[in-house]
Order: sequence, then C-alpha cells, then structure tokens
Amino acid sequence: MRTFGVVLIVITGLVLLYAGLGLPQFGDPHAPAAEHVSDHYIKHAYHDDHTPNIVTVMIADYRSFDTLGETIVVFAAGLACYLLLRGEPRRRKRADEEDQTA
Amino acid sequence: MREDLILIFYLLAILAAIVALNVKDLLAAAVVLSLFSFLAALLYIVLGAVDVGFNEAVLGAGVTGVLFVVTIFNTHRRSRD
Amino acid sequence: MIRRPDNMIVDVVVRLMVPAIQIFAFYVIFHGHYSPGGGFQGGALLAGSILLQRVALGTERSQLSFPVRYGLPFGIIGVFIFAGTGLFALIMGGQYLQYDAMPFGLTPVWLRNTGILLVELGVAFAVMGVLVSIYDSLACSSDEEGGRC
Repeated sequence: MRTFGVVLIVITGLVLLYAGLGLPQFGDPHAPAAEHVSDHYIKHAYHDDHTPNIVTVMIADYRSFDTLGETIVVFAAGLACYLLLRGEPRRRKRADEEDQTA
Repeated sequence: MREDLILIFYLLAILAAIVALNVKDLLAAAVVLSLFSFLAALLYIVLGAVDVGFNEAVLGAGVTGVLFVVTIFNTHRRSRD
Repeated sequence: MIRRPDNMIVDVVVRLMVPAIQIFAFYVIFHGHYSPGGGFQGGALLAGSILLQRVALGTERSQLSFPVRYGLPFGIIGVFIFAGTGLFALIMGGQYLQYDAMPFGLTPVWLRNTGILLVELGVAFAVMGVLVSIYDSLACSSDEEGGRC
C-alpha cells in the first residue's frame, strides 16, 4: 500500500510538471490573465481614486463585493469557533442544573 | 540574481515542509511550519506580490503559529504516527 | 486559559514591543493607499500584538489591554462598518458600495479614496476581533469553568 502511494504521488507530480510546461512564462505581458481587464485597471486606477497602490484600489473599490464576502467569511469562522469551543459547556452546565432541579 | 533567490527559497521551503512532516515533536513541527510560511512570504515578495507576502508573513508566520502552539498545549505534544 | 510565572525579561520586552507593533499596524492600515498593506494586514498585526500579550503575560494580566469579551463584538463592528458604508451609499442614491454617491462634499475621486479608507478600517476591525476571538476560544476550551475567560 505504501509503495502504491509513492507511485501515485510520483505519477501525479510528473503530470503536474508536464502541465506546468504549458503555463505562460513569468512576467509574460501576453499571458491570458493579463490580456482582458488588467490593462483597464492599470490605466485607470490612479485617475479613479488618486491611490498609487493599485492592489488597494482593486480589493477595496473595483472588487469590493469580493472583499465584503471575504470579511463575512472571516467573521463566520470566528463565530463558528466561538459556538463550537465556548458555547457548549455553558449549555451543558445549564442542562445539568435543570436535571438537578427536576 | 532574482532567479537564484527564487530557487533558494523554493528549495528551503521544500526542506522546511519535509522537516515539519517528519519531526515527532509537534511543537517543533509548528515552529518549522512557521518557518515554511516565512519562506513562502519571501518567495511572494521576490516574485513581486508584496501585499500577499505581507499577509503571509503576518498571518502564516505569526498568528497561525500561535494558534498551533495553543492547540498543542491543550492536546498532546507528541505525534503518535 | 494560559497562566505563566512572572519573568521580568519577557515582561519588559513585551512592554517595549507591543506599542511599536501597534503603531506600525495603524501605519499599515492608514498608509495602505500608498504602500503595500491595507486593512487585512494591519488588522492581523493588531491581533498579533494582542496575541503576544496573551501568550507572554498570561490571560489574566492581558485582560487589562483587551478583555476577552471584546473579541467577537469587534468583528461585528468591523463587518457593520463595511456593510454600512455600502448601505450608506445605497441610501444616498447610488448603488451598493458605490462610494462616489456619499454626500461628504468632496469630488468623486476623493470620495472613492475616502470610501476605500472606511472599508479598510472595517476589514481591520473585523480581522483583529475575529483572530483574537479564535485564540481565546482555543485557549479557553480546556477551561473547567466553561467559557468564563
């Protein structure tokens, strides 16, 4: 089973390396990710916001719905931790007290 | 020059990941995982994504390590496998 | 809950480091327009400074700077600042999160600049509160008193 796992990992790695040959070069201006909307962002970001940091303009202005969802996800993670780790013992204790009174 | 730095950071990050997987003491594993996050942050910065590198350095190398340490203190320190 | 014996070196080093980290965190938040950084990174730095106090000084003494019960409310305040900015623009006649509809008496470009700052502040509050709250949940889960700390 262990050798099977090693063989599987090696084959997966080789497939990933082969797929990586098809990726565009580092910093290629004609990569598919840099063709459609990046030009518009780079040209208009400073004139729209007077903000030199294009990344800030992207995450807080052009893609602000995305950031809102991200913040809500972070908050949901904190809420889940609170309910799982801190909410339960109180309820259990209250159930114990109700058992004792009943 | 930059390609050399990228290669060095890649190799060190892979080394840190292997050490973090193999070490028996979970506290040491958490520290080495912080090291891995820090190397990943350096890699992002060398590749030009300074914001992502900042995020990785603060969250991955700082806060996540603290959370791992607290979890280890609440459970068992030694790995069983 | 984490309790530590008093150690003077750790005490002094933490007292020297925490204000510097917090000043740098506010710099990262408010200078995010011009340099790398922003709300998420600044909030994580603030949370890191508070977690440093929690780990080094113990839960009891770190209550003085940031009590446990403030963690999740700060997250709620942050999300409300973010969503409230969008809702304010919506009420004032724009679309949701369309910053240049806010009536602050500035040109639309500077209104968008201000909107970015408000949103980053909301993200920073939310991330700081939530990260501290997660740490407190993990540290208090083994507590016998059941969520008192």
